[in-house]
Amino acid sequence: MEHTTLKSNVWGGGERPYNVSYGKMMMWFFLITDALTFSGFLAAYGFSRFKYQDVWPVADDVFTHFPFIHGEYPLLFVALMTFILIMSSVTMVLAVNYGHKMEKKKVILWLSLTIVGGLTFLGSQAWEWGHFIHGTSEGRMLEDGSIFYGANLIMNEYGHPLFADYFFFITGFHGFHVFSGVVILIIILINVIKDTYEKRGHYEMVEKVGLYWHFVDLVWVFVFTFFYLV
Amino acid sequence: MANEQKGNWWIWKVFWILLIVTTVEVVLGIIKPEYITETQFLGTSLLNHIFIILTLIKAAYIVEVFMHLGFETKAFRWTVLLPAFILIPYLLFILLTEGSYTYFMM
Repeated sequence: MEHTTLKSNVWGGGERPYNVSYGKMMMWFFLITDALTFSGFLAAYGFSRFKYQDVWPVADDVFTHFPFIHGEYPLLFVALMTFILIMSSVTMVLAVNYGHKMEKKKVILWLSLTIVGGLTFLGSQAWEWGHFIHGTSEGRMLEDGSIFYGANLIMNEYGHPLFADYFFFITGFHGFHVFSGVVILIIILINVIKDTYEKRGHYEMVEKVGLYWHFVDLVWVFVFTFFYLV
Repeated sequence: MANEQKGNWWIWKVFWILLIVTTVEVVLGIIKPEYITETQFLGTSLLNHIFIILTLIKAAYIVEVFMHLGFETKAFRWTVLLPAFILIPYLLFILLTEGSYTYFMM
């Protein structure tokens, strides 16, 4: 930590509010706004679900498949995705922790594993989307006698079309967060390898990206509950 | 910042808590025990209340330990948490109430 000059004039910017560094505080403020955005999405999902409760699909009937295994396994694949994201959160804390101790090699190791976890999650989500878009072999009979398979933004074989819209929008927005997180982690990893933070004397940048990464995990915990469980 | 000297065990402790809570959620979601799904309470089943409580427990551990918020100054903690504690329940209350209302009016 750099030495903070304590001036008597607070408005001159001498003291650190809350004893938190500027960058960390701004990351937190960004995360508050992002949390409220996701709450807005999930609350809107709740509104539509209550409004169309008769025709709203049950997630257990929609997401029942697991790669390379035949049969119905509700929740298992999404549980695996949750596990992958929690695991990548753990590797991130370890990277931050070794950053505090200035152990460069271990930071590189755990940051790399976090990136692998993030990419695995993104791949799993792509599989889940692909499966949802292609649908079941039975499909749904439309009024004109033709059969529609899977889901897109205007049609959904499993139930109300809004379910598909919310699914694509909320998990897509979350997936984009994961994607940007992976990009930022790669940039930070390159900086760590290039000794940028050794020269700076602290690994606070790893900590700030860590905050963002845990937030992505946090959002997934809620998406998991409100899309798949409740 | 008291954690930094203590090694890594506290990280793995939280990992196991998150893993066990998630496993309990998934098992309950697959089995759906009848006496829990049948019991209705505050507009939804007891099972859904259990899910929401377990989710909040997981969220608390992620925010307080992984994101280190539990070790920041008290004032900063409340600055971060209060907007969420006030705005999110309020938004949920008005939107879910309105959602049920439009269902009955359709």
